[in-house]
Amino acid sequence: MPTSEDYKGQVPAWCPGCGNFNILSTVKQALVELGIEPWEVLMVSGIGQSGKLPHYMKCHTFNGLHGRTLPVATAAKLANHSLHVIAVAGDGDCYGEGGNHFLHAIRRNPNITLLVHDNQIYGLTKGQASPTTAQGTHTKIQPYGVLEEPLNPLALAISQDCSFVARGFAGDQSYLKELLKAAISHKGFSLLDILQPCVTFNKINTFRWYRDRVYKLEEEYDPYNRLKAFERSLEWGDRIPNGIFYKSERETLEEGIPTIQEEPLVRQKFSIEDVKHEIDKFY
Amino acid sequence: MEYTLRVGGEAGQGLQTIGGALAQVFSKIGFHVFTHQDYMSRVRGGHNFYQIRFSEKEISASRDMVDILLALDLDTIEIHRKSVRDEGFILYDSEITKKKFEEPEFIDIPFKKIALDVGKKSVMANTVATGAALGILDLGLETFRNVLKKAFEKKGDEVIQGNIACAEAGYNYARKNCPRCEAPEIREPENRGLMLIDGVNAIGMGALMSGCKFYSGYPMTPSTGILNYMASRAEEYNLVVEQVEDEISAINMAIGASFAGVRAMTGTSGGGFALMVEGLSLAGMTETPIVIAEMQRPGPATGLPTRTEQADLLFVLYAAHGEFPRVIFEPGDPKQAFYLTNKAFELAEKYQIPVFIQSDQYLGDTEWTYEKFDLENIIYNDYRLREKDLEGVEVYKRFKYSSTGISLLAVPGEAGKHLVVVDSDEHDEEGHIIEDSETRIKMVQKRMLKKLPLIKKEIDPPLLYGDSSPKIVLVGRGSTYGVIKEVVDTISKDHKVAMMHFSQVYPLPERDKFDYIELLENADLTICIENTATGQFAKLMRAETGFEFTHQILRYDGRPFTIENLKEELHAYI
Repeated sequence: MPTSEDYKGQVPAWCPGCGNFNILSTVKQALVELGIEPWEVLMVSGIGQSGKLPHYMKCHTFNGLHGRTLPVATAAKLANHSLHVIAVAGDGDCYGEGGNHFLHAIRRNPNITLLVHDNQIYGLTKGQASPTTAQGTHTKIQPYGVLEEPLNPLALAISQDCSFVARGFAGDQSYLKELLKAAISHKGFSLLDILQPCVTFNKINTFRWYRDRVYKLEEEYDPYNRLKAFERSLEWGDRIPNGIFYKSERETLEEGIPTIQEEPLVRQKFSIEDVKHEIDKFY
Repeated sequence: MEYTLRVGGEAGQGLQTIGGALAQVFSKIGFHVFTHQDYMSRVRGGHNFYQIRFSEKEISASRDMVDILLALDLDTIEIHRKSVRDEGFILYDSEITKKKFEEPEFIDIPFKKIALDVGKKSVMANTVATGAALGILDLGLETFRNVLKKAFEKKGDEVIQGNIACAEAGYNYARKNCPRCEAPEIREPENRGLMLIDGVNAIGMGALMSGCKFYSGYPMTPSTGILNYMASRAEEYNLVVEQVEDEISAINMAIGASFAGVRAMTGTSGGGFALMVEGLSLAGMTETPIVIAEMQRPGPATGLPTRTEQADLLFVLYAAHGEFPRVIFEPGDPKQAFYLTNKAFELAEKYQIPVFIQSDQYLGDTEWTYEKFDLENIIYNDYRLREKDLEGVEVYKRFKYSSTGISLLAVPGEAGKHLVVVDSDEHDEEGHIIEDSETRIKMVQKRMLKKLPLIKKEIDPPLLYGDSSPKIVLVGRGSTYGVIKEVVDTISKDHKVAMMHFSQVYPLPERDKFDYIELLENADLTICIENTATGQFAKLMRAETGFEFTHQILRYDGRPFTIENLKEELHAYI
């Protein structure tokens, strides 16, 4: 059985007190508790402070480009669906630059988990508004305050029938771990949006601010009710629900491709002798 | 003996069906065939044509003048009438054109009426027309019957028999009503059955036979044909083909699949490649092998979506920020496209770099005939480490320094407990982010400076065709190969002339095996022939070797060179 030590990577270069530390240790614990070994995990990330997370773990890592996490993760899963593929992104990374890929990953429904470190700000580029920054927030780039409505990732995902939609909070690690385990175990594309305060640039959405507001969805809440899920995903303000908002049982992308049912693509041996007869079709 | 047929009409009238069927008939009989297509960017209407030239000897280009014009509408007659030779024919249906022509070259054949009378369906008018064209040539119907049987296999016996009856009726009508064609006496070739293949299918088949298992693409003319080919073969050969949301996703998916351990390819045209540029540098930084087919069409922006040009060479050469090695191939014909695609996969994997197959609409759509591709020459080396390959290795480092710059390429999850770590940031041997200058220098040397000289040695010299110590050298690259070759054939009686054709254009080949620069310097006239307005290959040659061509012939109207038009352009210099 793996231990948390097996997953220990480089020393993180995040700001002291950053919500990312909590996410990192929780991800390790969740994988350990699920009994998944480091060499069975591929973490794909983009750019931003979130993008560095895979380096602070020990597992297969592809740290690619800003916003391009999901195409790489999806294709890697298609090539080798025996890997546990976890995509790690930030709110700017996934909902801004990668918005198109986010929509289409939901449509495709590959069996991968997407963790979004949602701190409602661009941290690595030092404090500009992200797609989830609250309207009216002042930054160097937004002197009149953010004019746009913030993007609601959960409502968007539910509207597109994303097969697993959840929200967690980096300040509540034990519940976050439960959500992580559920997301990784879910068959299909799972979105876990994680409220992760940026202690340096976001002076509004602090740990304290969230602690006063977040609560867990009720035990009797039914995540299979899409309309209800949509309604609850709109709740934001004095009270912010956490938990699994929505689930649906859909065929995964890999299940729909007959050629990889018997064996992952990567294990299929190639021999030129097996394809030579192709040339006869041109006579 | 050679004939040229042009089938013209609106999009949606079945030009490809007729043209494709005729090309198949001629190649199955054993004639050498060359076809090319000219079409507008629309699904219905407009004016398009499909041209088929066939001959007893090898051919590699199109002519302007035609022997038979098969007109499916009045526009075709008006646009192409002048291209019909004096002794040629124009086949048409006066009921469709609503106009009767009395000149001797016109043969009025009621395509539609025959289709309704004989086949009970007007859609079979195309079959009647094809039969009529074969009737004029007096080539018999045996081969066409087989082509129809195969084409309508899935639609059942009734459809097959209806089409065969229509073909016969068209054939007999043309024979009876063709006062000028007593007996064209076409001798049928002895070796029957040549293979017929176009550029996009040749690239697709090349990828398939190179072990490509993953193809991602966004539909864009003229690269869509490769996507179609790969998708059509997915089930039979266990491929995964993904139509993606945009070209950014296409290249990132190819990189993701390749990283995970399978040979991967993507394809697009210039506008789509513009979106892939970011991903290209990711492949460069992460040393992920990928093959990219860049099928050129005229730009900028949307340009002429269905026409041809070679003006993306310098774009593809210089695309992406930073410095990393890349290889660009520009095949001259489908056979080269097939082998160079195979070589592209070999070099991409061996050196862990992006390799381009750059072609264009013209070559992508033109069909050529061949005896057979020699499949013994296909290269397949699996450079990836899996299963027990890493058993003796204590610590695996994805980017370990080596004398060649090449590090071991392990497959994540398939090489025991070894971990594969890859980063788009500058990284250390293990793949983790660094910022120190010492590691940066070593990584640039590994990735770029050590690999590049080795890659250069893999590039073959240009092909010299014609006189071995020429006074006139016609230089081309990519799809101008066929037309330059035929022009050299026709003018070599009077001149010491040769073609120098580059199909491996970057890096330029070394000069130790064949000093092509010396040969060019010894000639009186060196003419670079390109489908660009600025002569991009000439610029590349000057930048890389200092050599300057004496002249350039450039065509940038979106159309390919034809034999007549290139000869005419050459008249200015010889």
